[in-house]
Amino acid sequence: MRVVRSQALAAQIRLSVLQQSKRAHIGHIGSSLSIADLLAVLVDEGGLELDRGPVRADRDRFVLAKGHAVLAWYCALHAVGRLSAEQLDTFAGDGTDLAGHPEHVLDDVDFCTGSLGHGLSIGTGAALAARLQGSARRVVVLLSDAECNEGSVWEAIMFAAQHGLDNLTAIVDLNGQQALGYTSEVLDLSDMAGRWRAFGWDAVEVDGHDCDAIKAALDAPREGRPRVLVAHTTFGKGVDYMQSRIEWHYMPMDDTQYAAALEQVS
Amino acid sequence: MRNAFLDELLALAAEDPSVMLLTGDLGFMVLEPFAERFPERFYNVGVAEQNMVGLATGLAEAGFRPFVYSIATFATLRPYEFIRNGPALHDLPVRVVGVGGGFDYAHNGVTHHALEDLAVMRAQPRMAVIAPADPGQARSAIRTAHALPGPVYFRIGKGPSAVPGLDDRFDLGRLEIVREGGDVALIATGAIASETIEAARLLARHGIEATVAICASLAPAPLDDIAALLERVPVAVTHEAAYVNGGLGSLVSEVVAEQGLPVRVTRCAVREMPSGATGSAGWLQERYGISAKAVAGAVEAALDQAATRA
Repeated sequence: MRVVRSQALAAQIRLSVLQQSKRAHIGHIGSSLSIADLLAVLVDEGGLELDRGPVRADRDRFVLAKGHAVLAWYCALHAVGRLSAEQLDTFAGDGTDLAGHPEHVLDDVDFCTGSLGHGLSIGTGAALAARLQGSARRVVVLLSDAECNEGSVWEAIMFAAQHGLDNLTAIVDLNGQQALGYTSEVLDLSDMAGRWRAFGWDAVEVDGHDCDAIKAALDAPREGRPRVLVAHTTFGKGVDYMQSRIEWHYMPMDDTQYAAALEQVS
Repeated sequence: MRNAFLDELLALAAEDPSVMLLTGDLGFMVLEPFAERFPERFYNVGVAEQNMVGLATGLAEAGFRPFVYSIATFATLRPYEFIRNGPALHDLPVRVVGVGGGFDYAHNGVTHHALEDLAVMRAQPRMAVIAPADPGQARSAIRTAHALPGPVYFRIGKGPSAVPGLDDRFDLGRLEIVREGGDVALIATGAIASETIEAARLLARHGIEATVAICASLAPAPLDDIAALLERVPVAVTHEAAYVNGGLGSLVSEVVAEQGLPVRVTRCAVREMPSGATGSAGWLQERYGISAKAVAGAVEAALDQAATRA
């Protein structure tokens, strides 16, 4: 039942991503569509506890390290009623709190991101803080695969493993694309899971569009190590002409493309 | 100064359980007392300054006050964007501690000479930038700044020399006057202030009396104190162990320009990239025009020029 709901949330996220991208006439559509199912599981019941008790500091932390896909996060928050339609419609407008990369002026954004390679370090610090404070809160960091080009990501990976931060989960959106090309052709990071494992992480490979599998991988018991979900995803998932096409990293849709996309995700 | 700073940090940590110390694998024979007394709040994060600042950001958001420690170049320049997008952007109480301003690391060479740390840290809104002049002022500064809810950069010298007349004084956004004289104002920041005092002594032998002001609080900047000081002298000379652009000399020039003060400013600072020969701190200060002798010479030249124009 719960997984059916996550799937419905993911569908709603995809629809909102298309609507808002079209309205604002901006890109990063493909990157947002690839993480719709991952975010659906995180915002669904049993996912992130964004309101753990009366103290805001006790809630789970979420870091969208791949900040360029923030539209999907706004749409996920909207799908579960944490962001109103009116707020969502301010996306990319003048004076909005909904920037093209997440800013912590918004209640459900814990950390500003947008420069790749920062998020995992911050999330690792947040996980260390939770442990030092004896808190049960968890930290989830969602990275892009190309973000793992950044050396600082590996600095954080080493620290989290060294200190056994098992309240920390990284999710790598393995969609195989980056701004100017396929990851395999830019800096080949094949066997992503093996790379994290070699650095001491508990690495689990999942189908990043299978809500049931994502949920199971998040919840499986921990054994004193941080966990990474290497989520195999399709860039532009749900819209056939965007899938695995480099140009949809940046391109906005024209009217014909929009109509076709809507038909496919509805 | 470094040991005084760490002593005071130890005292703060005893009073405030939110104080943490992270080091990028530096601080041999300096950080051990903290590590031994507060092992649960001390982390050697390895040679990874970017991650160190990212960690501190996550820790500070949850209520900790992390101090991140390295040699000044590595503490500021390597993780600069992490500082910008982390503690500065989120307004979090991370304390960046950069050891060894200017030529403190002497023979270690140019990679270790912190010459633009003040300028780049001063460029960040919200960032308090503090360069104490001596050990006593360093103690006062760390304690005074502890109450600040946002980020702080401390440039901490390595040497033990005390600045006579400073008497441990430090105030955010204030100058501290350590010597009075009517002919010229010398304004110094950081540990090079001991050379500034020496320059004032050399000048006094030539009948030139200098006021010496310590500007340890570069941000928040002592705008009113600088203006008040410069209203009473024809010539001001700034003195810093840093590149000439963006630091104390720039700050003072900004005040003079924006307030239209009738004073001539000479900036004693490093004007070229140090490369090639290296040596002791004293030798480097001489070579790059920031020794006591160089400052005294600059004051005399500025006074001559001012007299010619008048």
